[in-house]
Amino acid sequence: MLMIHCPFCGPRGEHEFGFGDQAGIVRPSLSASDDEWADYLFVRDNHAGLQRERWVHAGGCRQWFFIDRDTITHAIHGTFAFADAREPGE
Amino acid sequence: MRRSAAGGYRLPTGGAIDRSRPIGFSFNGRALRGFSGDTLASALLANGIRIIGRSFKYHRPRGIVAAGVEESNGLADLGDGGWRTPNLRATEIELVEGLSARSVNCWPSPGFDVGGLNRWLAPFLAAGFYYKTFMWPSWRLFEGAIRRAAGLGRAPDREDPDRYLTRFAHCDLLVVGGGPAGLAAAAAAVAGGGTIILVEQDSITGGRLLWDEAMIDGLGSAAWLERTRAALARAPNLTVLNRTTAAGYFDHNELLCIERAAGHGQSRERLWRIHARKVILATGTLERPLLFAGNDRPGVMLAGAVRQYLERYAVAPGRRAVLFTNNDDAYRTAHALVRAGVEVAALVDTRPSPPAGVVEAARAAVDSFIPGGRIVATGGAGALASVRVVDAGGRSHAFAADLLAMSGGFDPVVHLFSQSGGRLAFDEALGLFRPDVHVQENCSVGGAAGDLGLASSLIAGHRTGAEASGVPAGAAPRAHEQAPEITPCWEPSGAPGHAFLDFQNDVTAGDVALAVRENFASVEHLKRYTTLGMGPDQGKTANVGAIGLLAALTGRSISETGTTRFRFPFTPVAFGTIAGSARGNLLAPLRHLPCHDWHEQRAARFEELGGWMRPVAYPRAGETEEEAARREARAVRTGVGLFDASPLGKIEVRGPDAGLFLDRLYANAMSRLKVGRTRYGIMLNEQGVIIDDGVVARLADDRFLVGTSSSGAGRIFSWMEEWHQCEWPSLEVLLTSVTSGWAVATLSGPKARETLARAHPSIALERADFPHMHYREGEVCGIPARVARVSFTGELTFEVAVPARRGRELWDGLAEAGGTSLSPVGTLAWNLLRLEKGYFHVGGDTDGTTSPFDIGWTRLLEREVHFVGLRSLLRANDLREDRHQLVGLRPLADGPLPIGAQVGRRGRQSEGYVTSSAFSPTLDRVVALGMVRSGHARLGEKLEILHPAGLGQAQIVALDSLDPEGTRLDA
Repeated sequence: MLMIHCPFCGPRGEHEFGFGDQAGIVRPSLSASDDEWADYLFVRDNHAGLQRERWVHAGGCRQWFFIDRDTITHAIHGTFAFADAREPGE
Repeated sequence: MRRSAAGGYRLPTGGAIDRSRPIGFSFNGRALRGFSGDTLASALLANGIRIIGRSFKYHRPRGIVAAGVEESNGLADLGDGGWRTPNLRATEIELVEGLSARSVNCWPSPGFDVGGLNRWLAPFLAAGFYYKTFMWPSWRLFEGAIRRAAGLGRAPDREDPDRYLTRFAHCDLLVVGGGPAGLAAAAAAVAGGGTIILVEQDSITGGRLLWDEAMIDGLGSAAWLERTRAALARAPNLTVLNRTTAAGYFDHNELLCIERAAGHGQSRERLWRIHARKVILATGTLERPLLFAGNDRPGVMLAGAVRQYLERYAVAPGRRAVLFTNNDDAYRTAHALVRAGVEVAALVDTRPSPPAGVVEAARAAVDSFIPGGRIVATGGAGALASVRVVDAGGRSHAFAADLLAMSGGFDPVVHLFSQSGGRLAFDEALGLFRPDVHVQENCSVGGAAGDLGLASSLIAGHRTGAEASGVPAGAAPRAHEQAPEITPCWEPSGAPGHAFLDFQNDVTAGDVALAVRENFASVEHLKRYTTLGMGPDQGKTANVGAIGLLAALTGRSISETGTTRFRFPFTPVAFGTIAGSARGNLLAPLRHLPCHDWHEQRAARFEELGGWMRPVAYPRAGETEEEAARREARAVRTGVGLFDASPLGKIEVRGPDAGLFLDRLYANAMSRLKVGRTRYGIMLNEQGVIIDDGVVARLADDRFLVGTSSSGAGRIFSWMEEWHQCEWPSLEVLLTSVTSGWAVATLSGPKARETLARAHPSIALERADFPHMHYREGEVCGIPARVARVSFTGELTFEVAVPARRGRELWDGLAEAGGTSLSPVGTLAWNLLRLEKGYFHVGGDTDGTTSPFDIGWTRLLEREVHFVGLRSLLRANDLREDRHQLVGLRPLADGPLPIGAQVGRRGRQSEGYVTSSAFSPTLDRVVALGMVRSGHARLGEKLEILHPAGLGQAQIVALDSLDPEGTRLDA
């Protein structure tokens, strides 16, 4: 089980959190082509290595925030409130 | 040998057993006696019981091989009924008064076993036998019989009556293993002041110092252990957990540890989930068997285990022994046997010239010393009676013996290290796999690191413990004992078909050779093809020997051959332990309605729906639930019904942007809703699929009360939060879930208004003052209330919400106001009423593909707001004319119209299916909804109903069968 440092509540067990996909996926406008829209809905990088993700502290403060997580080792390199987010690896 | 008066195998003196506390127990119904401090295994050996059970495939007799966690032969079932626990290791069961154990995998008894006939079939039951034999005509033909014959102990046949709890713990340092290295580590680390947990799977710390004499800091084993334990007990920052096995090593340094209850005689366990900043793995070693023909016969044991039985339990596992070894350690066993008065007939060493230091003493102690020799066969009817040896010169010798102590070297217990992601390396000199590169914050010390010497293990443990807690190392405990010299030995002696690698699963050296011949030469393939190490052994005693043999057979090095990956759990864990308290009613705590007792008093039948215990119906004496539901539904159509709608999701959305926020989340506009009005809405996901529906009321300019379905209450609240926080954080809205804050009573039926009027409302109820789809605040029965005119039934309806704690007052007031014309209504009738009216149910009539177009909402594209799901509705697939669309289905004959039945024409592809169906007492026929291809354009068309129960006919009709003009609703 991962130990996740919620930026608002501090370290908590993974079972309190919900995973919300790869971060930084931009919602296209209504005029997006079908292909662009399909990319937004279904296509993810599935990156092996460091990735920024959205998580929610569902069993706590209910805030969404970023986690920089290594998808291979599960090592967490940082957690950020949206307002404090820097680029991954900075 | 020194014998006890009973003439058994118990030594008259010595050991850590308490002879003043005898214990009565039974094995396969036979009454036996042991002592406090015994394990089931030591007590059985003391009673001369040598055959404990039968092997998995050939049903060969099996006896105790080991003394600890690695025992794969001595399995037993304990307890009865719900307390029955199968396949426990006899070496780990502490003896308690009244303990009742049974053999596994044999019938009628371990001595005479019918399944043992398989032994005569052994030549035909080679590796891959099942895969090769039961292919034609179909595996399924044979599966039943094979499954009945397979399996070990018997599973409990009743629910486990015990409770299990999970403990969460966090510490700075977790030390796994309380042997010399682990104790030294903990003792050095306590000075750092951080929190430390030490787990030991045995009933007491000490590891092999519990039976091996040594000098540490000038003290003998027992005195040093006593001093060290006392020092640790004084440390306020250290917790020692005995009888606790670290069974799993997971991400972020979390270990699952299983603590067994002491003195229970059952396997009741507690799960510890321990998060540690650092972990010291001091898990020691397991002794490796030697590979020779007949090595599975009861009486053949590991040499270290024999020493443990002698020194710790004061049991001599035999009367005349032979030793077979490739290392120095077994010589200690020879001397321990001699000290106990057991005759050592022969000591056979695979090494042609063992170190002089051990040879001299051995020659004096044993009858025959045979360096460079091999055991090639064993004999005996059932248990061991004789051993045949070939010496370095090729001469054959036979010895009568009832005990054969073997040692093929030692394997570090790297299971946890491997689970943690660490990489192993093969040490050619010692012939063992040891930890190489670690991934998580852990460090292996002592035997677990491949360090087999006591002196060096103590130093490494001490230094690592001090480092882990950041204190100066100081002086480590001093000992002189060095690592034993070992010459690895991989190839079998004697007939390979009788040289067992995995005793419990009956995998022999011959099976490995066969697998290699058939090209299952990868270690992962070998494991699965032969089942090696897949049973109770789980890569403990069988693993490395098999890899060594595989390497020899394939001409590769052992490093090239590699190991299989070790997985959780290290030892078996009961399901109950993993589940903990998350069982039965505690799995997901049930929620009760504010007026649960009111419903109970009216004989409601309850069912769990979306986590709530809800009344399904209120049957009278002699009524079925269905009959009650029809009566209740009729009452709503003719009088008035009272339905408990409290579980409906309620979310307050407040703030200047509340209207805009809802405009974006709903497929229909909400911002133009006037204060005091309500509107029905549906919500889509980004794929344009309907995910929920409900009624929204506008309480004020900047305040909405959003109603969701009962099952959507939590889901939709999370959905709203996610959109607000992640996509539109600039919108000024505040979301509050108030679902359980309100008790909601729904009065529905032509007499709803007159009933509510008698309940002292402060609100004008006439149609002109309070029309359909309007919202009012005031008082009902003297309670502050929110009242909405919304209808799920098609009848005149008032939905009255009061603070939950005053729900009972409201129900009593409304029941009094309604008198005899009021009927409580359950969910079954409620569902029937909405179906008569043609209202659909999200998730029942719709599924994960249903778009708003499919339910007849065609004007959404005219909206200007980019609401969630809109873009997906513009895709070609969503705009197809021939999608499945929601329609009413009217049966034309008396045939069935069951939910799930396909509709279309016989022999052709299905054109849809029935989604809801029930008998309507008001219409005196079945009413049904269904999804039908291009259904909206096919009203009036007739279709066949295809179902295993028979064929029927139905006509496609409009949704609302009852009161299509809505005059009842709008009354």
